[in-house]
Amino acid sequence: MVNGVFEWERPLIELENRIKELQAFTKEKGIDFSEELATLERKADRLRAEIFSNLTPWQRVQLARHPRRPTTLDYINMICTDFIELSGDRCVRNDEAMVGGIALLDGIPVTIIGPQKGRDTKENIRRNFGLPHPEGYRKALRLMIQAEKFGRPIVTLIDVVGAYPGIEAEQRGQGVAIAENIRRMSFLRVPIVCVITGEGGSGGALAIGVGDRVLMMENAWYSVISPEMCAEILWKDTSRAPEAAAVLKIGAQDLLELGVIDEVIPEPLGGAHRDRELAAQRLKEAVVRHLRELLPLSGDELVRRRLEKYRRMGRVAQVTEERLQAVSESPRD
Amino acid sequence: MPVFKDLFRSKSRYATVKPAQGDGEPARTQAARPKEVPDGLWVKCPGCQNILYQRELARNLKVCARCGHHFHVGAVERLSQLLDSLDTFEEWDADLRTVNPLGFPGYEEKLARMQAQTGLSEAVVTGEGRLDKHPVAIGVLDFSFFSGSMGSVVGEKLTRLFERALERRIPVIVVSGGGGGARMQEGILSLMQMAKTSQAVERFGESRQPYISVLTNPTMGGVYASFASLGDYILAEPGALIGFAGPRIVERTIRQSLPSGFQTSEFALKNGMVDMIVERKDLRPTLARILRLHRA
Ligand SMILES: [Zn+2]
Repeated sequence: MVNGVFEWERPLIELENRIKELQAFTKEKGIDFSEELATLERKADRLRAEIFSNLTPWQRVQLARHPRRPTTLDYINMICTDFIELSGDRCVRNDEAMVGGIALLDGIPVTIIGPQKGRDTKENIRRNFGLPHPEGYRKALRLMIQAEKFGRPIVTLIDVVGAYPGIEAEQRGQGVAIAENIRRMSFLRVPIVCVITGEGGSGGALAIGVGDRVLMMENAWYSVISPEMCAEILWKDTSRAPEAAAVLKIGAQDLLELGVIDEVIPEPLGGAHRDRELAAQRLKEAVVRHLRELLPLSGDELVRRRLEKYRRMGRVAQVTEERLQAVSESPRD
Repeated sequence: MPVFKDLFRSKSRYATVKPAQGDGEPARTQAARPKEVPDGLWVKCPGCQNILYQRELARNLKVCARCGHHFHVGAVERLSQLLDSLDTFEEWDADLRTVNPLGFPGYEEKLARMQAQTGLSEAVVTGEGRLDKHPVAIGVLDFSFFSGSMGSVVGEKLTRLFERALERRIPVIVVSGGGGGARMQEGILSLMQMAKTSQAVERFGESRQPYISVLTNPTMGGVYASFASLGDYILAEPGALIGFAGPRIVERTIRQSLPSGFQTSEFALKNGMVDMIVERKDLRPTLARILRLHRA
C-alpha cells in the first residue's frame, strides 16, 4: 500500500483524483466540463462496482487494517453523545490500548468499550498499537461489572490484532485475564452487543466479545489466528497470508453462515474509511436496533439465552450405536 | 486398534449433529488401553541429557529419576496414574467425532494420522472414575494428539463433562496439556469453544463441588485462556510451559531474548497464576487430599 491506496484499487483512485482535479479546474476557470465529467463519473461508478463488489478475503483484511479506518474512539464520537471516558483497572495502571466509558447512544445510557489503535506513530506508541495488556482487559471487565450494577447495557467495539504478547503481559496473567473476562461476560445480567469493527484477533477479541448479539462490519475479520500466522504454520511463509485468509473463513459472511455472528453491517462501497459518517450511521442503527430488542428482557432471560447461544457453537459428528456395533463385530484386517 | 481405525475411515456414515444440551445418556465404551512403550528401549532426557531406560522411566511415572524432568504422559496412562484403577473408569462421549467444518485442507488426513498414531479419537478423554474410592468426573488432554489442541469435539466433550458432573454433584478434575491452544483447522469454531467451556465451568459451580485444574507441559493459548485458568484450585506440574502467547511470538514481538524460566510453572507460581506446583508422584495424593477436605 502506498499513501493509503492499495495496488488493486489504484485505477479507481487515479480516476477519482482526475475527476476532483477537473471539478476544481471548472470552478477556477469557469469552463464547462460537465460532459467530460459525466463520462468520467460513469466510468468511475463502473470501476467501483467492479473492484469493490467482489473483494477477496485478503482484500477485506487489508480494508480492515486501513490506516484511515475509523477507530473505536472515532466511532464512539460519531455515534454517542456525552461520552465520559473512564480509566484504569484499579490495580496496575491505565492501559490506553483499551478505552471505555459511559455515554448516551440514541438516548440510551450505555457502557461502551473497545481496544484503541493509534492514528499515527506517536499515538500508536502510547496505545501500544492497540494491543491490550491484562490490565486493559481488567479495565474492560471493571467497567462491565459497573454497567451491570447500574443496569446499563454494554456495547463493545472490537478492533484488535490480539492480546499483547509480552513479558509483563504474561507475568500479569494475560491468559487468566482473558478467561476471567469470558466467564464474567457470559453471566452479566444486562444486554451486551458486540461489534467486530475491524480486526477480531483470537482470544484478545473474544475477551470483550461474548454477547447477546455479535455483529460484524462487512469488511472486518474475526479468527482464531491471524492469516499471517496461519500461513507461517501451514507453509512456513507469511507471504501466503492471502491464501490463509481464504482457508480460515474469517470474513463476516463466513461467520454468519457458521452461526458465530448475528448480522453483517454493510459498509460504504470500498470500505468504512471511504465514508466514515455513513459507516458510523449504519453501525449505530444496527446496535440501537439490537439494544432495543434486548432491553425489555430480564437479567435471567438474557443470561439463559446467551448461554444457549454459545452452547450450540461448534460442529461435531456422532457415530451411531449400530455403526459402532457393526464395526466391533467385523473389525477390518 | 483396528476397531477405532475403521471407525474413522467411514466418515460418510456419520450423522452430523449440532451439539445440544447434555440430555442424552453418555456413550459407554471402554477407554483404550495404554499403548506399549513405543519403539526404542532407551530415551534421552531433555532435562539432563542422560540416557534413560524406557521401562524404568515408565515405572517412575515418566519422570527422570536423575533430574526430575517430567515427560509427557498420554491421556490413558494419566488416568491410570490418577484413578484408583482404570477399571473404575467409564468413558463418556467416546462416540463424538471431529468433522471438517471449514473444509480446511489436509485436516481429515492429519486427523487420521493422529488417530492411527495414538489410538485416540480426539485430543481429550473424559469420563467418570474413582479417586480415593469416590467418584470424580475427569478429563485429560493428550498432547500427542494434535498437540492437545481444542476444536469442537474437545470443547463439546469438556462441556458435557462439567454438565454431567453438575447433574451428579461430583467434583471435576481436568488435566490440561495442550500446546496447540485453540485448534486452527476449525477456525472461529475453536475460538468459540473457549466461551462454551468457560460457561460450563461457571455453571458447574452451582453444584458447590470443586473443579481442580491441573496444568501440565504445555498449557498455552486458548486452552490456558479458558477452562484451564478457571479452576477453583490450579495445580501445575514442575517445569511445564504455561502461558498465553507462545514464547517465540513474545520473543519476536519484544525483539529481545526471554529471561530464563519465562512461562514455566515456577514463573506462574511466582506471579500468582497457580496455587501450587506438584510433582507427579504427589499429584494423586494431593488431589485426594483436596477432595477429602471437601467431603469433610
Ligand atoms: Zn533427566
